[in-house]
Amino acid sequence: MMESTQIDRTAAESMQLTGWRGAIADLSSDGRMFKVSWGKAMMWFFIVSDAFVFGAFIAAYAAARIAAPGAWPDTGEIFALQLFGADIPLLLIAIMTFILISSSGTMALAVNYAYQGNKDKAYKLILATALLGATFLGMQVFEWIELIGYGVRPWENPFGIPQFGSAFFMLTGFHGLHVTGGVLYLLWVTRKVKTGGYEREGNYEGVEIVGLYWHFVDLVWVFIFAFFYLI
Amino acid sequence: MATQHDVDHHEPQSFWTKWVFSQDHKIIGIQYFITAALVGIFGMVLSWMMRLQLAYPGTFDFIGLNNYYQFMTQHGMIMVIYLLTAILLGGFGNYLIPLMLGARDMAFPFLNMLSYWFYFLSVVVLLSGFFVPGGPTGAGWTLYPPQSILSPGTPGADTGIVVMLVSLVIFIVAATMGGLNYVTTVLQMRTKGMTLMRMPLTIWGIFLASVIALFAFPALFVGGVMLALDKVVQTSFFMPALPGIPGNLPYDGGSPILFQHLFWYFGHPEVYIVILPVFGIISDVLANHARKPIFGYNMMVYAMAFIGVIGFGVWAHHMFASGMNPFFGFFFATTTLIIALPSAIKIYNWMLTLWKGNIHLTVPMLFCIGFLSTFLIGGLTGLFLGNVVVDLPLHETYFVVGHFHMVMGVAAILGIFAGLYHWWPLVTGKLMNPMLGKAHFWLTFLGSYLVFFPMHHLGILGLPRRYFNFASVGFLPDSVDTLNVIITIGALIAGFAQALVLINMAWSLVAGKKAPRNPWKAVTLEWQTPDVPAKHGNWGPTLPVVHRWAFSYSPAGHEEDFIPQNVPLVAAGDGNGKGAGGNGAGAAGLHGGGS
Repeated sequence: MMESTQIDRTAAESMQLTGWRGAIADLSSDGRMFKVSWGKAMMWFFIVSDAFVFGAFIAAYAAARIAAPGAWPDTGEIFALQLFGADIPLLLIAIMTFILISSSGTMALAVNYAYQGNKDKAYKLILATALLGATFLGMQVFEWIELIGYGVRPWENPFGIPQFGSAFFMLTGFHGLHVTGGVLYLLWVTRKVKTGGYEREGNYEGVEIVGLYWHFVDLVWVFIFAFFYLI
Repeated sequence: MATQHDVDHHEPQSFWTKWVFSQDHKIIGIQYFITAALVGIFGMVLSWMMRLQLAYPGTFDFIGLNNYYQFMTQHGMIMVIYLLTAILLGGFGNYLIPLMLGARDMAFPFLNMLSYWFYFLSVVVLLSGFFVPGGPTGAGWTLYPPQSILSPGTPGADTGIVVMLVSLVIFIVAATMGGLNYVTTVLQMRTKGMTLMRMPLTIWGIFLASVIALFAFPALFVGGVMLALDKVVQTSFFMPALPGIPGNLPYDGGSPILFQHLFWYFGHPEVYIVILPVFGIISDVLANHARKPIFGYNMMVYAMAFIGVIGFGVWAHHMFASGMNPFFGFFFATTTLIIALPSAIKIYNWMLTLWKGNIHLTVPMLFCIGFLSTFLIGGLTGLFLGNVVVDLPLHETYFVVGHFHMVMGVAAILGIFAGLYHWWPLVTGKLMNPMLGKAHFWLTFLGSYLVFFPMHHLGILGLPRRYFNFASVGFLPDSVDTLNVIITIGALIAGFAQALVLINMAWSLVAGKKAPRNPWKAVTLEWQTPDVPAKHGNWGPTLPVVHRWAFSYSPAGHEEDFIPQNVPLVAAGDGNGKGAGGNGAGAAGLHGGGS
């Protein structure tokens, strides 16, 4: 056979190798490939798969936009918020983005305190994350109601071609579903922290796992913000 | 981590939690297998309907023009997704992954159960399409818009298509839950000593197919959601303005080609989702029944991985005739032909595994050899179709039908049967009747050739696929009608031959001989459990420890012609584990034969 057997070593044997050979030997050794729990590994795999879902949505939106006959409406105008008599473009969206990204901050702090075993602070910070998420959703509902009030529908759009309305409701709707799921998930974790579920398990990893999901949902929003609202 | 499972798995169970809402991977695997097999038999009957119409047009009242399209569409959809994908990942994957890796169960048993029930629901929704007004969709399994959702379009364009899309979305949810489980289990739950490169190739195939599924199904999901939006709320993602169609259609400015891209970005990797587990099953079963290590284990793994990766870059070879940018054709033809390389490596390695092997012509072995034949034929015709200039005249002819049925239809089914006959004693503890099995093989194998081989000829004559009858096609010679009758007879023979395996299974369960512990003298872990069939938790008090690779057949200087993976190197006294022996594998292969 081949002389290279570094890919066929047990975990103990792989310790003897260093550098790239060591890394490969380590990854392909027995037991676990990644030195994390099953739940955390699965969340990572799910996120990669879900990233493909959003990737396909955004790519399909881009293709539909290019194929559509007629000019794309100016998102800056449509999503402007009137404040003190002046139209400020994308103000609401900017606030929404700020809120969602802040919630990633509180989430990260929550994970930190959870691992320190500071149940009380972790509880408060996860709850804050959930509330920020809910606020984001509330503003999104407001945005939907505003646009529907202007007459924008999935099948028509008074500002220009109908694909704008279709893509808007599809992208923000699907992301909104993820945020809704995330808020429910966060509330469930909040309850488990509060009632001491993780403490009894002796492991706060569940908090980090919901954090992974939440950061992912935030990251997706950054792409939607860039590709739908800014361009 | 292996202990986090041991605790909660040995409570007494009621009938419902043991057999119906089971969280045991073995029961879930059997549930998947039975459901998929039943829906597959239904899909086969649908294909008879098509064949009867083509051979004897106008003879059967119950096959109308619309029915024909519905039968065709449902046949394709059922076979590719609800039978092959489900039976290979859900059936074989569930049953074999934990057993072959020395794990007690899947990483997430509850999610696993949920995966099966979502799959079951998707099948129910799919079949409910036959009872909605207008019947199920008849748009072809590709569901291309505009005609799939246009009211004077293909049959079932009002309700059936929505039912189909809902069923697909549910299936994708099920496949995702299953896939996450399989990937996590393979990567994180291997027993001590089970390195990645000691895994049986079946596990490699199922693992890689699961990874592909996690990356490919999203595109179908997105395409399906957008198509449903186009249908239900009349967005125009895929629907262009259609000036010639009567009625005030709300559509404008969509791109039907976009759907084709999304569909085939899923659709092509889908054929690898189906065929990679079969590659794995064939490799393990072939080596076992030839009593020889697989030739070039590492290359087999790399070839499968390479196919999996590059399989994502070939999808538009299904669209050479679609009107997409012609410059795409060159790129996609190149990547498509590159896939022939790893496929050829695999064919050669299987051949060289057989070469000078101690070949036992058992029933599983016959199915393996049958697979090699049909996969080779189908692969070679794939080279024709991968070239743009050859594809254009052959596109939408029976050549294509013959090609893909050979390479991923018959080949996959033969692989599944190889696995079924091979692992039947493991699952049931009973033996099947080999004579009946051999009759089943020959009728299936020759019947399939009778069906699909003449189709290549018909395709070159220009016989268009998806036609209800050929009366209006002027240029066809009369021999076409004769061949169509022959094909239909072949389809009936091959179809009815499946009764033999059903009888065989029933006979084996009722009156079959009790199987010896390891009837095929296999080295892999699934045969080394304390009880065969394995009990809940699989391994009794202690997990097995793996000391050698999955192909220690006919090792030099050893009395028996196999050494199970969990036998320590020292005890066997031969140092022929692959990792330790280095050159053991190749040498053992060449000296194999005498036992």
